[in-house]
Amino acid sequence: MSVLAVETIPVKTEPDVVFARRRVREVSAQLGFSLVDQTKVVTAASELARNTIIYGGGGTMQLETLNGPRNGLRLTFEDNGPGIPDIELALRDGFTTGSGLGLGLGGAKRLVSEFSVTSQVGAGTKVTITRWK
Amino acid sequence: MEKIPILKMGQFLLVTIQVDMHDRLAMALQDDLTRMISDTEAHGVLIDISSLEIVDSFIGRMLANIAAMSRVLDAQTVVVGMQPAVAITLVELGLSLPGVRTALNVDAGMELLRSSNGFRG
Repeated sequence: MSVLAVETIPVKTEPDVVFARRRVREVSAQLGFSLVDQTKVVTAASELARNTIIYGGGGTMQLETLNGPRNGLRLTFEDNGPGIPDIELALRDGFTTGSGLGLGLGGAKRLVSEFSVTSQVGAGTKVTITRWK
Repeated sequence: MEKIPILKMGQFLLVTIQVDMHDRLAMALQDDLTRMISDTEAHGVLIDISSLEIVDSFIGRMLANIAAMSRVLDAQTVVVGMQPAVAITLVELGLSLPGVRTALNVDAGMELLRSSNGFRG
């Protein structure tokens, strides 16, 4: 598998989220994703970008185009926020420390092919999702 | 700041969301709509989301909130025109929009509002 292209987009403000969604849409369309798959990965990106701002205090989204047996799109959301003390709990539907529905992290996981989250309390959080065509 | 226009047609309010909404715009719509329902004594709200390419948990929550608030203000809300890909994604995300009435298109939505308001003449 090789990485064809990488770009990093700031995720600090609400307009950044809108721009990030648009880029994910464009790139997943270029990769030939079906409309449903495009919608799933854009929606997952929207949830994670919002988390990056609300819980992480802002960060970045790295967008990678993957070329292998199948084409894919890998998105990495990274922040230097307070981190997640209990990832299992954070992934559970309905759990939130904010004012949302608690569907963001677990919901995003269901919408993609691969999902990983690493977090260190006091240092930040990194969420990586991959959607294969 | 940009705004989503709300049109009044008879006893109903019509909203067509045509922009890629950021969260603050969604919150503003919620506030504007509740104020308009109260000011105009509208009995129904029709929200056309056929241009929306995604509905994430935030927008889903906004739609559910609008439906709940308008119900308390004696108005029905119908969300129309959801794209099939959006519907599939929304359910997989874990949102089924409880309490939100939906219709396939504007015509069907207007019919639903009219029939549920029929007794008012």
